[in-house]
Amino acid sequence: MRESKLWSWHILTAVIILVLLGVHMTTMHLGALLSTAGIGSGDPTQSAEVFHRSQQFIYMIGYILLLGAALFHGLYGLRSMLFELSLSRVSEKVIGGLCAVAGIALFIYGSYVAILVFRMKGV
Amino acid sequence: MQNRLENRLGLWGWLGGGRYGLERYAYALHRLAGLGILAYFVMHIFVTGSRAAGPERWETTMAFFSTPLFKMGEFLVFLAFAYHAINGIRLILVELGYMIGKPGLPAYPYNYSTLRQRPLFVAAMVIAAVLMIIGGADFYFLMK
Repeated sequence: MRESKLWSWHILTAVIILVLLGVHMTTMHLGALLSTAGIGSGDPTQSAEVFHRSQQFIYMIGYILLLGAALFHGLYGLRSMLFELSLSRVSEKVIGGLCAVAGIALFIYGSYVAILVFRMKGV
Repeated sequence: MQNRLENRLGLWGWLGGGRYGLERYAYALHRLAGLGILAYFVMHIFVTGSRAAGPERWETTMAFFSTPLFKMGEFLVFLAFAYHAINGIRLILVELGYMIGKPGLPAYPYNYSTLRQRPLFVAAMVIAAVLMIIGGADFYFLMK
């Protein structure tokens, strides 16, 4: 894929992350403020709340979308930083390949967990 | 690749701002924050993966990460996220050509693009600081 196309994806994923991670951060890290406003219990890491969220279809899709966008954005950013160190062509190929393999493996694992928890019954 | 410039400075080539002003240091900090978030994110994928083993395992994992040291680390990630997100919005706006003014002739007193986008930079830093303060209040004063 051409670098300009990858860069466009980097910006597009940034916008996706901004929306989804914004919601995630507000839910998880501003929980006390939200509970003051009457939303949530104040501890969003309680297992009851975590499993309740994870078993809603919209959250599962959101988690998987965020996972993919964040992995691409983060690993492409890392790859770009390393490429600026004037590495050889072989090193660049190896780094690019490692980033792609790591990204795909983490995406498969994260998606598997999201789908597994979504399908858990009686939790 | 032919005709590409060599980074003779190594790591300092992208860490140091040199004479390029505040925006260049903001850019270096943006990258550092991004690296921190990426490292946390990879760990976060495995930590949240413990949900797959059921609620008991999740409770055990959360108990392990509830020490003050991990809480401090989590707060640092929040700071990095607040900075990276708000500065990222600024970078996207600048990348797309917004809020940097129109190009003009180099007439005295000189008004270059870095100066024209300085108000956007200041506004972004103020918003990031406000988010950090709200997050800090939530982490350390409101959370039970």
